[in-house]
Amino acid sequence: MQEHSISANNFEQCQKCAICTTVCPVLANNELYPGPKQAGPDGERYRMKNPVFYQETLKYCMNCKRCEVACPSGVKIGDMIQSAKLEYGKRSHIIRDTTLASTDLVGPMASAFAPVANLALSMKPVKAVLDATIGVSKHRTMPKYSSQTFESWFKKNAAAKQDGFRNHISYYHGCYANFNYPQLGKDFVAVMNALGYGVHLLDKEECCGVAMISAGMKKQATKKAQHNVKVIGEAVAAGRKVVTVSTSCTLTIRDEYPHLLGVDNSAVRDNVVLVEKFLWQALSAENVKLVWKEDYKARAAYHVPCHQEVLGWSNFTIELLQMIPGMELTVLDSHCCGIGGTYGFKKENYETSQKIGQPLFDSIKAADPDFVACECETCKWQIEMSTGYAVKNPISILAEALDLEKTMEANR
Amino acid sequence: MANNLKDNEFDVIIVGGGITGAGTARDCSLRGLRVLLIERNDIADGATGRNHGLLHSGARYAVKDSESATECIKENMILRNIARNCVEDTQGLFITLPEDAETGFGLDYQKKFIDACIAAGISAKAIDPKDAIRMEPSVNPTLIGAVQVPDGSVDPFRLCSANVLDAKLHGAKVITYTEVTEFVKEDNTIKGVKVHNKKTGEDAVYYAPVTVNAAGIWGHSIAEMAGVHVGMYPAKGALLVFGHRVNNVVINRCRKSADGDILVPGDTVTVIGTTSTKVPFEECDNMSVTREEVELLLREGCALCPSLANTRILRAYAGVRPLVASDDDPTGRSISRGIVCLDHETRDGIKGFITITGGKLMTYRLMAEWATDAVCRKLAVAEQCKTAVTPLPGSEPKDQYSEVKIPQFAGANLGMKASIGRQGSMVRKIDFTNAEDRELVCECEQVTVGEIRYAVNELGVTSLRDLRRRTRVGMGTCQGAFCIGKAAAALAAALGKPEMADQLAADYLNERWKGMSAVGWGDTLREMEYLQRVYKSSNESK
Ligand SMILES: Cc1cc2nc3c(=O)[nH]c(=O)nc-3n(C[C@H](O)[C@H](O)[C@H](O)COP(=O)(O)OP(=O)(O)OC[C@H]3O[C@@H](n4cnc5c(N)ncnc54)[C@H](O)[C@@H]3O)c2cc1C
Ligand code: SF4
Ligand code: SF4
Repeated sequence: MQEHSISANNFEQCQKCAICTTVCPVLANNELYPGPKQAGPDGERYRMKNPVFYQETLKYCMNCKRCEVACPSGVKIGDMIQSAKLEYGKRSHIIRDTTLASTDLVGPMASAFAPVANLALSMKPVKAVLDATIGVSKHRTMPKYSSQTFESWFKKNAAAKQDGFRNHISYYHGCYANFNYPQLGKDFVAVMNALGYGVHLLDKEECCGVAMISAGMKKQATKKAQHNVKVIGEAVAAGRKVVTVSTSCTLTIRDEYPHLLGVDNSAVRDNVVLVEKFLWQALSAENVKLVWKEDYKARAAYHVPCHQEVLGWSNFTIELLQMIPGMELTVLDSHCCGIGGTYGFKKENYETSQKIGQPLFDSIKAADPDFVACECETCKWQIEMSTGYAVKNPISILAEALDLEKTMEANR
Repeated sequence: MANNLKDNEFDVIIVGGGITGAGTARDCSLRGLRVLLIERNDIADGATGRNHGLLHSGARYAVKDSESATECIKENMILRNIARNCVEDTQGLFITLPEDAETGFGLDYQKKFIDACIAAGISAKAIDPKDAIRMEPSVNPTLIGAVQVPDGSVDPFRLCSANVLDAKLHGAKVITYTEVTEFVKEDNTIKGVKVHNKKTGEDAVYYAPVTVNAAGIWGHSIAEMAGVHVGMYPAKGALLVFGHRVNNVVINRCRKSADGDILVPGDTVTVIGTTSTKVPFEECDNMSVTREEVELLLREGCALCPSLANTRILRAYAGVRPLVASDDDPTGRSISRGIVCLDHETRDGIKGFITITGGKLMTYRLMAEWATDAVCRKLAVAEQCKTAVTPLPGSEPKDQYSEVKIPQFAGANLGMKASIGRQGSMVRKIDFTNAEDRELVCECEQVTVGEIRYAVNELGVTSLRDLRRRTRVGMGTCQGAFCIGKAAAALAAALGKPEMADQLAADYLNERWKGMSAVGWGDTLREMEYLQRVYKSSNESK
């Protein structure tokens, strides 16, 4: 008699089973947080009645989306909470949120003065000032800013060679590879080139906007989204897949643009893919060949980032890593690291963030690997700061384990 | 008034704890009378608990019945001031759709409608359809005309409960689950009532010089019992409740009143209604909604607001309007929607007996005023009515959400704010600093242990159904699946009878099931299956 109920974020499908509340890492560690069910579908019903029912405590959600993965009814709980923040949230710490959220605005400024910025960010008094004035937790090691961005390295050293390859892809590198850790971008280019793919940048990518979304900066995030969908669209029209290295950027571009910002990405969504999945597919289609270094040996523990859980692609990474002959891989039990993007950087979240990550830290220490493998840059900061173990992106691991020259020959 | 009365003697006995009886009890007690209010079930169990909750602006009646329209707008303005926690100023739209022009209700009719509203004192102005969509984004976008009127929504349970509470605060005695079975009649005078308590099985007799029949549609048989005839016309109306607020503005169709042409946002839900069918008196005690009614309401609702086509329906229910056939028309065809106040002494020669009926939920205060005036005349009491200016308990202050202060501290939850929406400033009686009291019991409707305790202590709650009427426990999306066990335990504890919990829950679930089965498809069906599984397994594990 009725059409099937289809509602924004599957709000109406909620059966109130409360399964989501059993997996939320924040709820278990912060009594101030109402939890996914209350902050999500239950609260949403009240916000529809009257916006006075918006709760500031929604800021404690770190958007890990573990609740969404667990929900048997497909309710987009995390999206619903993020939307509410975008729609109703008063922004308290405006300066802090803009600093952490505008990764591509602060990034260029900080990069130009990188040695000073890094020094300044690691000095105790500065941290205390940050803590007191803009609410960034002083316990945090801030991500280091690099003095040469990936983009400028690429233009100087790599761009010219790319047209000579057999196949072509576009690379969405994200803010982290660009400003904080260009080596990740370099590893990506090295591996892709070795496999016979020319790497091309988009016509000026912008930050995916994930941090702005959590800071409630909808207008700015929407602008970025529209721009990115446009330039990704141009690459897709030129017949290229858009390959990424960051799980959070990927999830944001694929799912949050339409769900949270109302930006239509249907024309490009399926062409945006994480490099591990891209490689695995290329291998199974026998389009590429891998030649490994003979003496490579490593013991790694793989941590599945929350957003990889949502994408559901962790198996691609695991299989790729297991192909490495000298690799001894432990897959850690799925557990949130507690950082939640820029979440853990906020002063009020520091304690919760560390409590959430504790079981993961313990399991890493128990596995005692040479390093941790993980696709997410914020997990990397958190794990490195909290455990002392180095964290490597799988693509960097491949770059080390592959005999790049022989691989390049094999794929010529 | 009278001083040395015995325990079972009163100045006035009121039969029926719907809004009319509750309002009359309040008015009488504010005028200093010693009042007994008798209700055979819980308060608001009749039409009062089964209506649409529209705080009419009167616009709906303006063209055909300007007297009702004027009554509505006056009472509408009064209730906004005296019952702030029970009403919400949503505003209303009367929309004209392209197909209405074909049936003679196009924009010409809209003009006639606006003129009639203005003549009745209702501010009504035509607005551009684009502005109407801006004001209420869910409205049918094909509309060709819209008129804005001061409609609102009213929570019938809350309004009834606030009147009962205030009557009690002014000395009235209220007994529920007690049925009037017979009158004490001497010659042509009603001297009192005989009652039967359905819970304890005890019988009793109460005396008063005046008895008011405020028994809604059942007033018909109460009148017969007293030896007079009131020609009532039982008109069933069915309604559908949607799972959340789809609209925030009341949407009406600007045409002659028809089935399913009003969509009212009420608290956390949206309700479409209604139908109107005459039913036999025997059926009034056991109303159910048919499949055809559901289909009709859904179809008409979609014309007002297309997104209803894929919005989850929570439940269906029906009530019976206590309409009265005009005294001079024995066929019962010419029905008045107006207020009927009958003094049976002048009308039928029966002394000490008054019937107050007809009218609407939202004109209850005026009905109560008329009835109380009649009572006072009989008792030769000169007190004037004060209900139009005296706020009901919980109604102060004006901006409830910001002015009723609740303590701010870590661990504060939504339930604390939600209870302001329900109980108004009476939430001050709930101690939210106590962790147990702020614990959420019903998560869909945000009801806390503290609010349940308050409802038991101050609002006369004895069962989960009573509790639902006062607090919305179990009225949300899960329809009790998730919370009824918890609510039963909290209620049983508040009643001081923890062993009752299982029985309270079982009684409740059986009734909810009935409301859901008429709309059992899609997500409601999933919810029903879930509910069944939860409770089946929890029973088996015992
Ligand atoms: C479908 C529908 C939609 C409506 N929509 C609206 C609306 O949107 N706005 C509006 O203003 N009005 C609306 N109304 C009208 C409104 O609901 C009624 O006019 C109003 O509730 C009547 O209240 P009452 O107290 O007179 O009757 P009731 O609420 O029926 O109360 C009568 C009470 O008497 C009790 N009783 C009966 N017999 C005995 C006995 N022997 N002993 C003791 N007690 C007894 C009953 O249990 C009952 O509780 C609607 C009505 C219906 C049916
Ligand atoms: S959001 Fe999903 S998991 Fe959470 S209560 Fe609703 S249906 Fe259950
Ligand atoms: S997104 Fe993560 S933190 Fe937020 S409610 Fe869901 S599980 Fe909890």
